[in-house]
Amino acid sequence: MSNLGVMAVTVLLAVPATAALLLALLPDYRIGARLNVSAALLSLLAAAALLWMKPEPNLYLRVDDFNIYLIVLNNLVSFTTSVFSASYIAHELETGRLTPVYLRFYHAMYQALIFAMNLAFLANNIGLMWVAIELATLITVLMVGIYRTRAALEAAWKYFILGSLGIALALFGTILVYLAAQPVMGEGLPAMAWDQLLAGAGSFDPALLNLAFVFLLLGYGTKAGLAPLHAWLPDAHAEGPTPISAVLSGLLLNVALYAVLRFKMLMNANPSALAPGPLMVGLGLLSLLFAGLMLYRRGDIKRLFAYSSIEHMGIITFAFGMGGPLANFAGLLHMTLHSLTKSAIFFAVGHISQVKGTQRISTIRGLTVTHPALGWGLVAGVIAIAGMPPFGIFMSEFLVVSSTFARQPLLALLLVLGLLLAFGTLLWRLHGLAFGKPDSGPAMPVQAGILPMLAHLALVLIAGVWLPGPLVAWFHNVAVLLG
Amino acid sequence: MHGLAFDIAHFLAGGMVVVSFLMLYQDRLSALINVFALHSLVLVLAVGWQATIQDAHHLYVTAGIALVFKAIIIPTALHRIVRRLGIHRTLEVVGGVGLDMLAGAALVALAILVMLPVTATTDALAREDLAFALAVLLLGLLLMITRQNAVSLVVGFMSLENGLVLAAAGARGMPLAVEISIAFSVLIALIVIGVFLFRIRERFDSVDMQAMDTFREERRK
Repeated sequence: MSNLGVMAVTVLLAVPATAALLLALLPDYRIGARLNVSAALLSLLAAAALLWMKPEPNLYLRVDDFNIYLIVLNNLVSFTTSVFSASYIAHELETGRLTPVYLRFYHAMYQALIFAMNLAFLANNIGLMWVAIELATLITVLMVGIYRTRAALEAAWKYFILGSLGIALALFGTILVYLAAQPVMGEGLPAMAWDQLLAGAGSFDPALLNLAFVFLLLGYGTKAGLAPLHAWLPDAHAEGPTPISAVLSGLLLNVALYAVLRFKMLMNANPSALAPGPLMVGLGLLSLLFAGLMLYRRGDIKRLFAYSSIEHMGIITFAFGMGGPLANFAGLLHMTLHSLTKSAIFFAVGHISQVKGTQRISTIRGLTVTHPALGWGLVAGVIAIAGMPPFGIFMSEFLVVSSTFARQPLLALLLVLGLLLAFGTLLWRLHGLAFGKPDSGPAMPVQAGILPMLAHLALVLIAGVWLPGPLVAWFHNVAVLLG
Repeated sequence: MHGLAFDIAHFLAGGMVVVSFLMLYQDRLSALINVFALHSLVLVLAVGWQATIQDAHHLYVTAGIALVFKAIIIPTALHRIVRRLGIHRTLEVVGGVGLDMLAGAALVALAILVMLPVTATTDALAREDLAFALAVLLLGLLLMITRQNAVSLVVGFMSLENGLVLAAAGARGMPLAVEISIAFSVLIALIVIGVFLFRIRERFDSVDMQAMDTFREERRK
């Protein structure tokens, strides 16, 4: 059994890495796009196989209850995004925004990004996890700047500086964790292996651990787009290719949050260390309220949804900060559903901005009339992300709010205020985008692949109506683990 | 652990903080890059000394990588970029050098006040090293914040990373893999930076960060 598990893990890492190399060498972009999709599919299958057979953890890699569903989610969304990307880039090539050489680079980087994210999730060693996240950061920086316009360069540069800064702070935090662990665990690798750290965390020096967590929260929090360190996020989403926006919002933010949660579990395991909850609640609420207010004046459609990602990361961080089985359950559910919904929205937005030739909200009107499939897809996505039933996000947001009301009514008021702000703005914007009077502007014909979007929305809808038993059981398990 | 060995380690780590201060008041780009090379050189000595007294041979590798990349290749590359972009001119410092130095002194005090009480249980060597490393890190941040020029931003970031390597070297027995990867990432970062600087120059006719600030959405109308 476990041999197959080891094989699955190997596939998860080796396939994207090999595909990245191959794609860098392959001149034809059509074959490249197909190879990209098949490699992503292969990783998805390997990830699914892990559900049934887990390998034994070693000092470097580990598959446990917490990361396994995130790995599956990660590979699922990378796969659907690669399908979307295939139809998206064909159009970019026609309009000349990308040349074949850049496309080759784009595909190679896409697989390298999947490799880095899989490695970050699989890593048992906190140093290795850091390396993987740094790699993912550098790759996305290059991807964001791929259009080489002034705005894209500015966005990539800003992302590079802020991202590296966050990564540097996280490394300092990682070193501090090692220093806290070293007197107890001895020198060398065991003092960096996460499962051994967790076992010994009770006897670590609490003061050192506290300081480490502050650095880690700030560092990885920057990568998760938490206010006030979010400045890179809207620019990077707006100026890069849309498949990358989908992966950034849907997956990379999750990776950073996952890292924070791992260290939160360490903090929880040490009774005399600072409680990490209030810090996370504070950052989460700040992000939620800030993004709620900022949503109002956005003029660029991708930027609008980027701020919505900050909002949702705020909600998730808030939920995990509150802690307890119910709030953690809600946080995990929200993390999953936000990934699916937000990437579906970006799939729609990508094609919409290609059709209209612009990202400005004021010039995109009446989509349900001119492009029914894309328009209604966007309507469904925005309704879902705004937290309306029957979609799953309604349920997870409801759980966050109700569990907070039971424990901290005042905080719940702030939370509801933020949610309502975002809700109102998104629906108001949606009205113009989807139902306004269509203008007679030029509409470019686009081969829109709407299947990935529909698949995601269907999953979110099903989650809102009925959650499968094993999934609920898993969420419960992990919610208890997270403490 | 005490006596001369400790004093030398202390001296070298403290030397890095002093060189960080030197960077704060440089007003020409090429001078700034030279001081950065010196910063890296002191780092190499500090890490090398740690390798000797901890009897940790892998740290010699770290020191070697730092020597080749940070003290030689990166400064040379940055000098070349500066020459090719033709930006020898004077650096502008937000708020003036005096204010900068005061802020720097405050940050060093902060680093020591934060670090020393927290690390009371670890051994004296790691303790001092960590306090100095945090000081170097904060000074690097300050350098990044107060300069307008993209190249000095990069130098600030690299000096910040020197602080991280110092911290990693001070942590007894930290696995080598991490240090190699740090060095590796710095190398990639340099490539990224190089590519960007040329492109920024090409598109903006300047590497002044203020020129880039006009593109935020609020002002684009």
